[in-house]
Amino acid sequence: MLAIENLEVVYNDVILVLRGVSLSVPEGKIVALLGANGAGKTTLLRAISGLLDIHDGEVTKGTVTLDGQQLQRLSAPRIVERGITQVLEGRRVFAEFSVEENLRVGAHRNGRNLGAGLERVYDLFPILADRRKRTAGYLSGGEQQMLAMGRGLMSDPAYLLLDEPSLGLAPRLVRQIRDLIVAINGQGTTVLLVEQNATMALGIAEHGYVMETGKVVMDAPAATLRADTDVQEFYLGLRGEEGRSFRDVKHYKRRKRWLS
Amino acid sequence: MTRLLQALVAGLGNGSVYALLALGFVIIYKSTSVVNFAQPALMVAGATAVIYLGQAGLPFPAAVAGAMALAALLGLTVERTALRPMIGKPVFVIAIITIGVDIVIRVVVNRLLGTNLRAIANPWGLESFDVGGVFVQQRYLAMIVTLAVVVTLLFAFFRYSRIGLALRATALDQETALTQGISVGVTFALSWAIAGALAALAGTFVGTGQSIDQQTWIIALKALPAIIIGGLDSVGGAVIGGLVVGVIEALVGTYQPTYAPWLGNNFQLVSPYVVLLLVLLVRPYGLFGTPEVERV
Repeated sequence: MLAIENLEVVYNDVILVLRGVSLSVPEGKIVALLGANGAGKTTLLRAISGLLDIHDGEVTKGTVTLDGQQLQRLSAPRIVERGITQVLEGRRVFAEFSVEENLRVGAHRNGRNLGAGLERVYDLFPILADRRKRTAGYLSGGEQQMLAMGRGLMSDPAYLLLDEPSLGLAPRLVRQIRDLIVAINGQGTTVLLVEQNATMALGIAEHGYVMETGKVVMDAPAATLRADTDVQEFYLGLRGEEGRSFRDVKHYKRRKRWLS
Repeated sequence: MTRLLQALVAGLGNGSVYALLALGFVIIYKSTSVVNFAQPALMVAGATAVIYLGQAGLPFPAAVAGAMALAALLGLTVERTALRPMIGKPVFVIAIITIGVDIVIRVVVNRLLGTNLRAIANPWGLESFDVGGVFVQQRYLAMIVTLAVVVTLLFAFFRYSRIGLALRATALDQETALTQGISVGVTFALSWAIAGALAALAGTFVGTGQSIDQQTWIIALKALPAIIIGGLDSVGGAVIGGLVVGVIEALVGTYQPTYAPWLGNNFQLVSPYVVLLLVLLVRPYGLFGTPEVERV
C-alpha cells in the first residue's frame, strides 16, 4: 500500500502548497484524485515520485510510505526502482525519438525485461506497434498519451501515477484512455489517477479523493462521491434545478461547507 | 594538383583534431546546455599526461589510453565539484565557472610542463607515404582514421546503448528523464568524462606534429568556429565543422601567400573566423544545429 500521511510541501521555502494531506492507495485498486487547478494534485504526485527537488520544493512534514518504508528522502530514480512510475501531465514524449526509442528509455531501470515490456505495451496499444519507427513528435495527441503511458509501463511498475491522462483529448479518445487504464489495472498495476475529468475518473475508480487549496476535503468510495450533490455540481457538471437565470449565477455563492 | 591534395590531407588531418575537440563541446552542450570553456585545459592536461606516462616508460598506445582515462577522471571531478552544485542555475553562470576551471587546470598543468618545449614520443613522427607523388604524412592518416573510429563508436553509443539513449533523453527533457528512472547527475558526469577523454585524444594528436608548451591550449579555440559552423548541438555538425575549419586553414595557408599576399602573413589563422562570421549571417544556429523554437 502506498500511503501519504499529513504531508506538507513548501516551494521556494515560502509557498505552502500541501497543507497536511493524507491519502492511501491500496494495492491493486484504482484511486482517483480530483481537484481544480492549483489544488496541489501535481505537487502531491511530485512528492511521491521524488520530483520536488528540481522544482525547489521540499517536504516539510509528514511521510510518504510504500508498504511501511519511507520514500520521501529518495531520489526519483530510486523511487522508480521501488516500483512507482509517474506519467507526467501533458504527455511529454521525447519528440525527436522514435516510438520504440521512447519505450526503450522507459525501460532504463528494467533493461533485462525490455523484450517482454515491449510486447506488453504493443499488446495494450496496438497502434504503437504500427508506429514503432515513427518520430514520436509527429504522433497525434491520443497516440502520444498512449506512448507516455506505455513508456511508464516499461519499468514494470507496481504503482502507476497518471497525471491528467485525458488532458486535451476528444471524448472518444478519453473513453479509449479510460478503458486502457482499466486494462492496465486488470494486469495487476495499481493506479493513482489524477484528473479534472471527474466523470471519467469516478467511473472507474474504487475510491476517490477531492483536493482543494492543498487539503483533502473529501475522501470516500467513488460511488459515494458520484452521488454527492457537491461533487455532482462542482466536478461532474450536473445541476439539480434547470433554467437558472443569469442573476442567480451572478449571486451564486459556492457552498463550501466542507471547508468550514 | 599535388599541392592541392597535400593541403587537403593536412587539412583533413588537423580538422580531425578540431572535430575531436568540437565533439567534446557538443556532448557536454547536448546533455547540459553548457558551453564548456574548460575544454582547452582538458586537452593540454591530456597531452601532458601522455608526455609523463611516455617518460615513465609506457608504450605509446598505453600512454594514450592512460591519459584518456586520467582526463576522463579530471572531467568527472570538475563536474562533481564545480558544476553539480550549480544544476538548475542559469547556464550563463555555469559557463563562466568553466572559464575559471579552465584557468585553474591550466595553471597546474603549466607547472608540470615547465617553460621548455615538450615532445610527445609517437610512432609516426613526420614520416610520410608517397601516393602517386602526393606525400601523405602518416600522422594525418592516423588522425583521420581515429576520428572515423571515434565518430562510429559515438554514433552507435548514442543510438543503440541504454546509457547513450539516457544521455539524449536527459538533454531533451530532464524531468521526464527522471521519471523514467534516469539519474540526471550520472548522465552529466558521463558526458564530462567522454568530453575529457576526447580532449586527451585531441591533445595527443596536436603533440605529434609540434611540441607541447604553455601556449598549446590556443589550438583548442579552433574548435569554437567548428562548433558554431556545425551547430552547437549536432554531433555530425561538429565533425563536419571541424573538418571544414581544418581544410579552410590548410587551403588558405597554401594559396593565400601566392594569390592574395596583400592579406598579410598567417592569414590562415584568421580564415576560420571569417567563415564563421559568414555562416552566422546565413544560419545563426549553425549548418546542422536545431533552430530554437520559442514562443514570445
